[in-house]
Amino acid sequence: MKDTEIKRLLAAHIFCIFSIILTTVVPSLFLENFSILGTHLTWLCICSACVASVNIILYIILKPNPSSKRSSLAQKATRFLKCCVYFFVSCLLFHGIIVLYGAPLIESVLETFLFAVLLSTFTTLHCLCMLGPNIQAWIRVFSKNGALSIWDNSLQITTVCSIVGAWLGAFPIPLDWERPWQVWPISCSLGATFGYVAGLIIAPLWIYWNRKQLTYKSR
Amino acid sequence: MRLRSGVFASCCLLVEALGVGLFLRGFFPLPVKSLPRRGARGDRPPEPPPPVSSNWTKIPAPLFKKIVIVLIDALRDDFVFGSKGRQFMPYTTELVERGTSHSFIAEAKAPTVTMPRIKALMTGSIPGFIDVIMNLNSPALLDDNLIWQAKTAGKRIIFYGDDTWVKLFPKHFVEYDGTSSFFVSDFKEVDDNVTRHLDTVLKREDWDILILHYLGLDHIGHLTGPNSPLVGPKLNEMDNIIKKIHTSLLSKEGELSLPDLLVICGDHGMSETGSHGGSSLEEVHTPLLLISSAFDRKSGPLKSLVLVQQTDLAVTLAIGLGLPISRNSIGNLILPVIEAKTMREQLRFLHLNGFQLSQLLQENVPAYEKDSGFEHFKIAEKSHGNWIKLYLEGNNSEVLINLGKKVLKQYLEALRILSSSLSKQVAQYDIYSMMVGTVIVLEVVLLLLLSIPKALSSGAEFEVPLSPPLCSLLFYLMCLMLCAVHVVVCTSAESLCYFCSISWLSALGVMMLISALFCIILSALGKMCTYPKVPAKNPAVSNSNWLELDVLIVAGTIGHVSSLCASSFIEEEHQTWYFLVNTLCLALCQEMCRHYFLVKECDLHQSSSTVKKSFEEVKEMAHYKNDSVDIPECDLKLGKIAPSAEILKGSEKWIGLASPWFILIFCRLLRSLNQTGVQWAHRPDFGHWLTSSDHQAELSILAAISLAMIFILVQRRCSLVSKIAMALGLLGVYSYRAAIGNVAFPWQQDSKDISKGIIEARFVYVFVLGIIFTGTKDLLKSQVISTDSSTKCLGLWDVYGGLVLLAALLFRPHNLPVLVFCLMIQAMITKYIWKPLNFDAAQITIMHYWFGQAFFYFQGNSNSIATVDISAGFVGLDNYVEIPAIFLTGFVTYTGPLLWAVHLLCYLSSEVSRNSAAVGHGCFCYALICSIPVAAYIVLVTGLRYHLFIWSVFSPKLLYDGVHVFITAGVCLFFTAMDQNHSRKIQD
Ligand SMILES: [Zn+2]
Ligand SMILES: [Zn+2]
Repeated sequence: MKDTEIKRLLAAHIFCIFSIILTTVVPSLFLENFSILGTHLTWLCICSACVASVNIILYIILKPNPSSKRSSLAQKATRFLKCCVYFFVSCLLFHGIIVLYGAPLIESVLETFLFAVLLSTFTTLHCLCMLGPNIQAWIRVFSKNGALSIWDNSLQITTVCSIVGAWLGAFPIPLDWERPWQVWPISCSLGATFGYVAGLIIAPLWIYWNRKQLTYKSR
Repeated sequence: MRLRSGVFASCCLLVEALGVGLFLRGFFPLPVKSLPRRGARGDRPPEPPPPVSSNWTKIPAPLFKKIVIVLIDALRDDFVFGSKGRQFMPYTTELVERGTSHSFIAEAKAPTVTMPRIKALMTGSIPGFIDVIMNLNSPALLDDNLIWQAKTAGKRIIFYGDDTWVKLFPKHFVEYDGTSSFFVSDFKEVDDNVTRHLDTVLKREDWDILILHYLGLDHIGHLTGPNSPLVGPKLNEMDNIIKKIHTSLLSKEGELSLPDLLVICGDHGMSETGSHGGSSLEEVHTPLLLISSAFDRKSGPLKSLVLVQQTDLAVTLAIGLGLPISRNSIGNLILPVIEAKTMREQLRFLHLNGFQLSQLLQENVPAYEKDSGFEHFKIAEKSHGNWIKLYLEGNNSEVLINLGKKVLKQYLEALRILSSSLSKQVAQYDIYSMMVGTVIVLEVVLLLLLSIPKALSSGAEFEVPLSPPLCSLLFYLMCLMLCAVHVVVCTSAESLCYFCSISWLSALGVMMLISALFCIILSALGKMCTYPKVPAKNPAVSNSNWLELDVLIVAGTIGHVSSLCASSFIEEEHQTWYFLVNTLCLALCQEMCRHYFLVKECDLHQSSSTVKKSFEEVKEMAHYKNDSVDIPECDLKLGKIAPSAEILKGSEKWIGLASPWFILIFCRLLRSLNQTGVQWAHRPDFGHWLTSSDHQAELSILAAISLAMIFILVQRRCSLVSKIAMALGLLGVYSYRAAIGNVAFPWQQDSKDISKGIIEARFVYVFVLGIIFTGTKDLLKSQVISTDSSTKCLGLWDVYGGLVLLAALLFRPHNLPVLVFCLMIQAMITKYIWKPLNFDAAQITIMHYWFGQAFFYFQGNSNSIATVDISAGFVGLDNYVEIPAIFLTGFVTYTGPLLWAVHLLCYLSSEVSRNSAAVGHGCFCYALICSIPVAAYIVLVTGLRYHLFIWSVFSPKLLYDGVHVFITAGVCLFFTAMDQNHSRKIQD
């Protein structure tokens, strides 16, 4: 049971990684002058959209946390709307935090916001897919020993990795190397992406190594 | 010997301060090795001997009759050559483009501060970095220099302007009038004082050199920056002065006499914020204009400007006046000045310059003969000899001209290489003193690190293993060995170490200290190894249970220390601290969420299982925090929390959850108040907006509101007497600022006579001293008569209030919000975050330290000397008095860290009832967290001492860090004094 779950997790993560690799390669076939550094904003949009859609599709196919009771269409619609609102709020929250960290308030608003969207895609959207718009569940998952399944564990790991990646990505900005990737927000968004990918790789491995210790309480 | 952690930490810091002092003394050697002055005409070489001997052995005749030097402080190159010059300096622009002039950009070397630059201009050498420190207290210049040479040669020199010159060259001027440069807010009178003499002096004939040093532009820069509306009129004033001098010189020039020379230069530039001291292009590039009827008339607008060194002026003027070149000069003759002369004279001048440079090289470099500059010079000298042979034979053909040009080129190349290899020589380090200092500092830090487990235990005591090592053989052997090394090093050839020059007894003391520390470390290590079981288990347990906050603290400290390797990270160190403090706030926010929501959970589901679960969690949390916190206390806490959850649900919880966000927002606001650093320093910030003259009303309102807020925030904790004194003192601060013209009274519209505000400032000083005195009295009372701790707390808060009032007086008015936010964050963080979260003293200390560092940069400081606000040293003083000025400047620079440290002490002593060792732990942690970066940085700077940016980036930071260590040592002593009192009470 557990091994098959881990395999499913691994497959899902490989899909996500694959989608990110595709976003860096495919658009250059269709768009002229496309490069991650040159047209960074386009890449940010494409990458967010792609990761989001892959996540949603995977959620629909895999259903990691199947809800016990069937819900009507109206309930589903409200759930979906709630998810959208949550996502938007998280984008704004990330934007706010980034500005608090010192990003300029007025200039390059678009860059900052798109970076916030990317971060939300890597973290909030993932959570929304797994847990739904349920704050209590979020608090549970992100408090100590709150994970109830390997999906929760992988969620913890990828989320923390993306945020730490973005955090570390800010370090090269003050250096005076004058490289193109030191421009705001390229190093941070690349850092977040690398962190996310690393999280996707680390999560199945970590769960695999620790599969003996991981005992989940039944719900 | 058993020592409490506080005492132990203070002792360690004192020893470390000694080590840092030794290191600094070695790193910034006072005078660079230079040749002594030599009187008269000792070392003037004849023309290089051709096969037949030359008949020209005496010094060439002067080129100019009179020289007028107009030095405009902080004159940036674009003020003359840029659009500003075109707009405001029409006469000078005309001279540059169509007059008989040569214009250059003269490059100044860091530090771009007035006194070292004057030295560079007049001696032609690059003064050492330590001259910055001497800038406040300039002693007479003893090196060979142009002014001295001129005076010895019987020239009459007149000087008007910055009195730094008068101090540097005492008794050199036949007539002088010095103006003090310390009242930075005055930019009119300083210049009028210079100009008023001009008319009479220009009419007279009894002088040879006239030096005018105008300070107004520099003061305008410091006040309002290079783009302020005041700059234009000032430049125009300077233009008129130049016009006056030039026309007067022209009108006197006769056909027969030599022409006169007018030199216009700046000592340094001005950064985009208006300060100077660093090495950005704006600070380094100054214009240099040489105007004389001897030069060819220019035609048309100037193309590209030639870059020369500031040090080139001294040698050029020496040649121009027919004086010997200063012996320590590393400058090159500016060739266009002598272009009109015959080839023989030109070569003669270049030879003199080259000869002087090669002599200086011989004195400084043992293997000078291998230096490529020296080789070039020898070759050029030889071909010069050949050229003279041809010349004396009467050969006047094309060959002679071409050969002459070739020799000229060879000379120029040789001079260039000689100069560059000499300027590399400037950085000479006293490695031995540096090593001794480093060893002491490293040993202290190692000792501190080794004592962490013991010193942070609940006993807060550290057993210093003193007697066994002191009796051991190793100690004596090491002492002997070190003494032997000392003797060998100090008797070896021509060592100029500072450490060798101190008396034998103190050197022996230092040696014994080093070996004792070493032995103590060894025995402490041995102790840890012999009982590995007990300490080894505890870290293992706590390792797995580390909070995110602990991880952040450790990672942040390591990250900060490692970031010091990169010069950009040092320039932008404020970014590191802002980033860390922000992350800290977010981590605190997460802690708050965890704290309140876990409680909430156990409140919601009253079922026994969840209560048990959260009970366990709380227990666990208690474990992470400190192993020493005993469980019963935790039980108590939980018991308290569970019933009072209803109340907790109320406002306090939400304020608590929101307060990290408020702190984040405050930090963001402060960050945009002062842009510091290098890369983003030119960005607009509130500070500049407020200080510009158009926004005086806004600044006044802001200052008034800030002062009111300061009163509200501080008065809560003070005694009644201090409250009243505080209110009056803050009113005094406002009237002081109004008196010196920073802010305006609403009812005082027209009469604007700016005074120095001495009475007002002294009025405030009285209250500061009064409040601190009240506080000290309370402290002493609590020490002598052991009353309850409330008296002590009151006393501490009074001292704190006094320091806040002093800071309010000394801070520039636009910086007052920094003080307000500092107080607000402190109040918020103690009340809503630390009270509920129950951190231990070590964590709180480190967080305080981080905030203190962030506030150091919030108040506009940076790691460059330029941002030190020296004007604070003159608040309430009639003229420069050394001790108070240094104290006030130091205080205002380190206000942020100091206020946070004192606040830490206040907080910890109020926590004594909870954890009796809190103050000791705090003191120890504070000492540790301050010493680690300093020790790492000292090692790093030693390694990077030949780095390109060593003088512009690394050295200022080293100075800041060094001073920080001394201040920390003081703070820790204060901590210990407070702790002593407490421990005695416990014994009672
Ligand atoms: Zn100056
Ligand atoms: Zn200045």
